[in-house]
Amino acid sequence: METLLSGISILLQWQVIVALLIGSIGGVIIGALPGVGAAVAIAILLPATFAFEPIVGLTLLLGIYGSSMYGGAIPAILINTPGTAVNALTTYDGYPMTKRGQGHRALSLAYSASFFGGVFAIICLMVLSPVLALVAPHFGSREIFLAALLGIILVVLAHRGQIFAAGMLAAFGIFLNSVGLEPVKYTRRFTFDQSWLASGVDLIVVVLGLFAISQAFLLLLEKNHAPGDTHVSGNIFAGLKELLGVKRVATVSSSIGVFMGMVPGTGEFTSQFLSYTYAQKTSKNPEKFGDGSPEGLVASEAANNAVPGAAMIPLLALGIPGEALTAMMLSVFYVHNVIPGPQLFENQMDFVLALYMALILLNVIVLVFLLFSTNLLLKIIQIPTRFLGVMILILAFVGVYSLRNSITDCAIAAGFGVFGLILKRLDLPIVPIILGMVLGGIMETKLRSAMARVKTPLDFIDRPIAAILFGLIVLILILHCRTLYFEFKNKLRPEPTMQPVDSDNPNQQG
Amino acid sequence: MIAKTLQDMFKRYRRPGDVVFAVLFLAFAVFLLSQLGDQTKVVKRTKWFAQPGLWPTIAIWCMVVFGFLHWLSSALSDRISGRWTEVGFWVRSFEYVAYFLIYVLVVPQLGYLPSTMLFAVFLTLRVGFRGANAIGIAALFGFVVTIVFRGFLQVKIPAGAVYEYLPDSVRAFALTYL
Repeated sequence: METLLSGISILLQWQVIVALLIGSIGGVIIGALPGVGAAVAIAILLPATFAFEPIVGLTLLLGIYGSSMYGGAIPAILINTPGTAVNALTTYDGYPMTKRGQGHRALSLAYSASFFGGVFAIICLMVLSPVLALVAPHFGSREIFLAALLGIILVVLAHRGQIFAAGMLAAFGIFLNSVGLEPVKYTRRFTFDQSWLASGVDLIVVVLGLFAISQAFLLLLEKNHAPGDTHVSGNIFAGLKELLGVKRVATVSSSIGVFMGMVPGTGEFTSQFLSYTYAQKTSKNPEKFGDGSPEGLVASEAANNAVPGAAMIPLLALGIPGEALTAMMLSVFYVHNVIPGPQLFENQMDFVLALYMALILLNVIVLVFLLFSTNLLLKIIQIPTRFLGVMILILAFVGVYSLRNSITDCAIAAGFGVFGLILKRLDLPIVPIILGMVLGGIMETKLRSAMARVKTPLDFIDRPIAAILFGLIVLILILHCRTLYFEFKNKLRPEPTMQPVDSDNPNQQG
Repeated sequence: MIAKTLQDMFKRYRRPGDVVFAVLFLAFAVFLLSQLGDQTKVVKRTKWFAQPGLWPTIAIWCMVVFGFLHWLSSALSDRISGRWTEVGFWVRSFEYVAYFLIYVLVVPQLGYLPSTMLFAVFLTLRVGFRGANAIGIAALFGFVVTIVFRGFLQVKIPAGAVYEYLPDSVRAFALTYL
């Protein structure tokens, strides 16, 4: 009880409330702007949050993270353009509903499903807290090393159809992390006798380059596009009641979102895929999916909004980020010397509780804001994309330059901006680079400390959690090889009369 | 519908320029591999897991192996037209890199507020917005960003050298907030 009261007092600081309001409302607006997205906004704001208390900085970033997908549903439903990449599936059922004159119903359902998914994930997080507090202290160096290794493997395997690319980019991230003065023996690694490389490549500089500056370049160079003028009319509150009719889909989708959010390297796309497939397979009207099915819309929105809350579980309990946005948040912890992991639950449970309550509050703020201001948001999102590019580039400068007033950092970030632009144009993933950098550092440190007590290779997995994690890694690799074998076998089978599923895109890599 | 939409979402389609990127990345990885001996040191009386070169070695070998497989899958696929047009698009981004770096160099001289307003207006004109409204909004955006980040959030951005020549009455204010 004392811890809970302490958590409430942390949350009630005026700076936290302001950060929560700015983060959640700002996140909705950012999410609703096609071409911006939470990653860009978080990358830009990250250095500014270093000046705040950790709870204030984290609340601001969490607000953006948790609310951007709510906003992303608006253009996805009304103008068939997803605000964020994870709202792509929302267009398939949301936009057909708008075309039938049910835009208000689709929006209402999307808001309700998002709220349900978001709150469901936080409740799971709260319920799991005692378990986490119990299990987390059993994670020593070798368990954290194996969990980080599992994260790297999963992030590579999750990119189906581009596993080779994801593998080389994750390895590039690990390499980037190793550049500079090595912290134990103090030898230089890949500095090429350049003093500016001795301190290594800063994660924030890479993040800003790959996410923000690359997006600015892309928007500035591509054809200008401004979303058309649109307006929504009708009862936007109806979906709150309608959600009760599809509560099974909402609950299962949110559960899938929670589970996928906890697993490092998977995230929103996999949870959406599984939820949508589940909803379609169990529906009485499966033929309506992709043509304005309320169940499809609910499955997609509930699943993706359950992920941010759940993604906090490996971050808080083990200090292992599951995807790029939580990797960025990890740096806020480190800057303030708050080390997420087992000790956080033992020593700063009030801080953890304050974060949970902030997450619930942010969902309430966003829902209320959206129910009353959707038409206002529709005016805001009409900013031409090239002008958005100008805005992002100017804001990205603040992020990079304010770190240490280094022109070299700006040049490196611009270089990564070009690299990110190429990756985005080629539809290659950026997230493996960031996770490679973060998890590579964790693996290096933890392997060194774990091996000091290991005499034979088997000693490494002689503790139950280490053995389970090792077993999981082996199982995942075997299952993947098995899938590849069957895919290869099916490809060899002649099917002369069959048309490819997508004959418009014969160059598919899968 | 469902089969196509889900496939659209979770499969990747090759794009023009794929093989150029694959070749460049592989060449970079091979170059790093050739430098492994020079750029890392083997420390005596230190076990393998604590050797400074362990993680660069693992990372670079993975880059080479995965990079080779990625190049192979691109090279063996059908050629997509528009490869060099795409490379031209990548090269065009260097124009904006140049503008960005000029802006970075100008800020400590001219000051954050004037540089940002000028940069916003210049970029707005460069990308094709010529109207007074657009230029006004760009200048206003530059002004608001400066006030919020330097004035309100007090982020670390040095004051402009030209501020020293301002009259005493506004100099201190400009040095602190603009």
